[in-house]
Amino acid sequence: MEIKIKLNGRQVAASVEPDMLLIDFLRKQGCVSVKCGCETTNCGLCTVLMDEVPVLSCAVLAARADGHSIFTLEGLREEASEFVGFIADQGADQCGFCNPGFVMNTIALLRENPDPTDDEIRAYLAGNLCRCSGYDGQLRGIRTFLESRRGKA
Amino acid sequence: MTENHQPNRTYKTVGKTFRKKDSMQLLLGEPTYVDDITDRKDCLTVKILRSPYPNAIVEEIKTDVAKKVPGVAAIYTWEDVPKNRFAIAGQTYPEPSPYDRLILDRHVRFTGDAVAIIAAEDEKAAVKAMKLIKVSYRVLEPVLDMHTAKDNPILVHPEEDWFPPLPVGGDNKRNLVASEQSGHGDVDGVMADCEIRIEHTYHTKAFNQAMMETFRTYTELDRYGRLHVISSTQIVFHVRRILSTALGIPKSKIRVEKPRIGGGFGAKQTAVCEVYPAFVTLKTGRPAKLIYTREESQIAGSPRHEMEVTVRLGANKDGKIRVLDLYTLSNSGAYGEHGPTTVGLSGHKSIPLYTGSLEAYRFCYDVVYTNVQAAGAYRGYGATQGIFALESAVNELAEKLHIDPTVLRERNMVREGMVMDAYYGETANACALDRCMARCKELFHWEEKYPVRELGGGKIRCAGVAMAMQGSCISNLDVGSATVKLSDDGTYNLIIGAADMGTGCDTILAQMVAECMDCELEDVAVFGADTDVSPYDSGSYASSTTYITGKAVEKACTDLKQQIIEVAAGMLNCPAAELSFSGKGVTRMQTGEFVPLTDISYKIQLNSNRSAIATASSCSPVSPPPYMVGMVEIELDKLTGQVTVLDYVAVVDCGIPINPALARIQTEGGLVQGIGHTLFENVTYDSHGKPIENSFMQYKLPTRLDMGHLQVEFENSYEPTGPFGAKSIGEIVINTPAPALAHAIYRATGVWHRELPITPEQIAMGKE
Repeated sequence: MEIKIKLNGRQVAASVEPDMLLIDFLRKQGCVSVKCGCETTNCGLCTVLMDEVPVLSCAVLAARADGHSIFTLEGLREEASEFVGFIADQGADQCGFCNPGFVMNTIALLRENPDPTDDEIRAYLAGNLCRCSGYDGQLRGIRTFLESRRGKA
Repeated sequence: MTENHQPNRTYKTVGKTFRKKDSMQLLLGEPTYVDDITDRKDCLTVKILRSPYPNAIVEEIKTDVAKKVPGVAAIYTWEDVPKNRFAIAGQTYPEPSPYDRLILDRHVRFTGDAVAIIAAEDEKAAVKAMKLIKVSYRVLEPVLDMHTAKDNPILVHPEEDWFPPLPVGGDNKRNLVASEQSGHGDVDGVMADCEIRIEHTYHTKAFNQAMMETFRTYTELDRYGRLHVISSTQIVFHVRRILSTALGIPKSKIRVEKPRIGGGFGAKQTAVCEVYPAFVTLKTGRPAKLIYTREESQIAGSPRHEMEVTVRLGANKDGKIRVLDLYTLSNSGAYGEHGPTTVGLSGHKSIPLYTGSLEAYRFCYDVVYTNVQAAGAYRGYGATQGIFALESAVNELAEKLHIDPTVLRERNMVREGMVMDAYYGETANACALDRCMARCKELFHWEEKYPVRELGGGKIRCAGVAMAMQGSCISNLDVGSATVKLSDDGTYNLIIGAADMGTGCDTILAQMVAECMDCELEDVAVFGADTDVSPYDSGSYASSTTYITGKAVEKACTDLKQQIIEVAAGMLNCPAAELSFSGKGVTRMQTGEFVPLTDISYKIQLNSNRSAIATASSCSPVSPPPYMVGMVEIELDKLTGQVTVLDYVAVVDCGIPINPALARIQTEGGLVQGIGHTLFENVTYDSHGKPIENSFMQYKLPTRLDMGHLQVEFENSYEPTGPFGAKSIGEIVINTPAPALAHAIYRATGVWHRELPITPEQIAMGKE
């Protein structure tokens, strides 16, 4: 079937199988930042923004995205660059495999709630698993970013 | 003692926090992993048909219908593969692990064992074909209980060509992978003389590493027609050897490289999936890729060895621990990878913690085959299991004697300068365990938090404690190497065979180069790991990279500096002895003449018979243990059995942290992984011995809501054999949560839980 998606701000038309998952479609389009960690919607690695809302692209059919806007990290690197350096300063990037999904969901968090508390950060990102960092370094990174932004404002 | 070897010296680059060299690539989602960088259009998708039975013989296998599925390129069965047995454990040759595998075996030994390899143009065709393969199995009775495995008439490996490259006490006709006894002193005599004895058995399960990137390998024929393997692996050189043995082709025909790796934790110290696509590429000449699903990683991966550790502890009433007697029964599953070696750590990396007072010890073990998923290497590598057992037993002793468990440990712990009989007679050159305990108590507010505090409503707050140790490398065995070369603008390339799996070893090794060569970290480019390019390295495992490869880096830099001085000597027409190296160039001390590094490096490229490239290897006669103390405060709900981790404080002695931020993250990550296998991650089996927790839906990794507040500090010691005084950090950090949490749960409930995980159900029902 034919679908039309606004992918990272650019119109994409493609022919897809009805059972194709959005994650597979996106990777085929070259958006390989989108990672699969579990296939069962438990890890958050495949998070992308669909009409600005974070969704698990392993649980969305490509056909469902027809007519919608999808953003992957490939399209949001500028916005991500504002804060990911603070994660790097903590060494919390580690293996990096969960980073794109974590970064996408953090972007969604900060758009929705520009000044979250630690508990709000933990709650919003609870669905993003990370096996390397132990999570606290990610939190410290976001916290330092928020403080630095506040200092600048 | 080299110039870098001075205790308490401060450094310019070492001991400082820097971002990981790959961090921005990773955080911005650039293509860096196996599946991101291998997108040839003609690549075949590889799938594995897996056995539905734990023990069966393939009587007949019909692939004719499956082969007719459009898009199917090839299907291979046991009849098609070489008949030479091999081991997929990533270990130095000759491996302690038995050669008990074929690429495909007619005898399948666990539910999930490989029966056929399918290669197709796309995944859909491969999966469709997989369903159309008709297999007739002669189903055999399995051995599913590790307690009945030894000398069971049903043999997991009855084959005559089972081969152990090293004598480790194994015997396939007894379902024994390995067996050994060791000890020191009169164990039975001292035990009889003790005023108090404790004996319990502790059970840990086949926990999964659950790294975020599952097992995966891409293979192709390169422009010379050689097998080019791009794999998510910790062990490029071992993979090359394993493939050479399995496929029967020389190593000169194989090139193995690893790009970025999405986590390993030891799982990728075993060549779990490499042989399958490699075989497809050799047979078809086409690129092939195999990506394990999460389910495959859970049921046909390489998890922790399930172990039962029986501790017999003898002490005096004053809390003096006089004798320890451990017996470990380890379940290697269907194949023997890492079986003979992991088990050793359950005793040799737990008992030495009590060197301070120990008069005698004994450590015996059996490692058995059963018809469940084969185990492998997982961060902690047996020490985790042994330390859960021994630290729990010591906590049981403390509670029985009504002695504060930290005080009890202070009376018995290993201290700097002691000879550790249970640790191959090594001396604790660098040991700050006593300071770790003191500092941890202070940070944690032990005196306030150790007493049980009832909050009302069935809620209780209390605390638990544990110590841990590990090693730094496998002594007299692991080899780490580094090549450092000067580039023509005065910068450097560092080339290694160790594998950064996210831990940051590329960065910390580059920090060492920057320190030695007195340059900036950004002046050091790192590359690893590729068997065609890298100098030989055993690989990243056994907590060896910082300690062993780091030492090789230091040696290579010393050599390179001398080379640079000699080139400058030629330019200045003076003896090299008159020259001294600084990061910017070379100075002739007497005259003040100075040659900038850039001039030296250009000189090497012009009318020169000299190069500026140094390769060094390193091996160590000792494996200096890092030490640590962990303390946890929990809130336990007696009604529901729910445990909430409130605070975890860990103080670690890793020698010195080369990069404090990365060492801290290692610690925090290890603590949370340890909290996971203690409270959430369960492994139970169906009637066919297949893990029920085969997805993240059931295998519950801790989330950021599950780990409470972590606090990590370092107490430095100085290891004279390590680079800049460093020991290891990567593995030890997973070892304290299980015994510390079990201790806290006992404090709240009065029940010792001696099996992991300790779930709310077990706590609420008061089951041990």
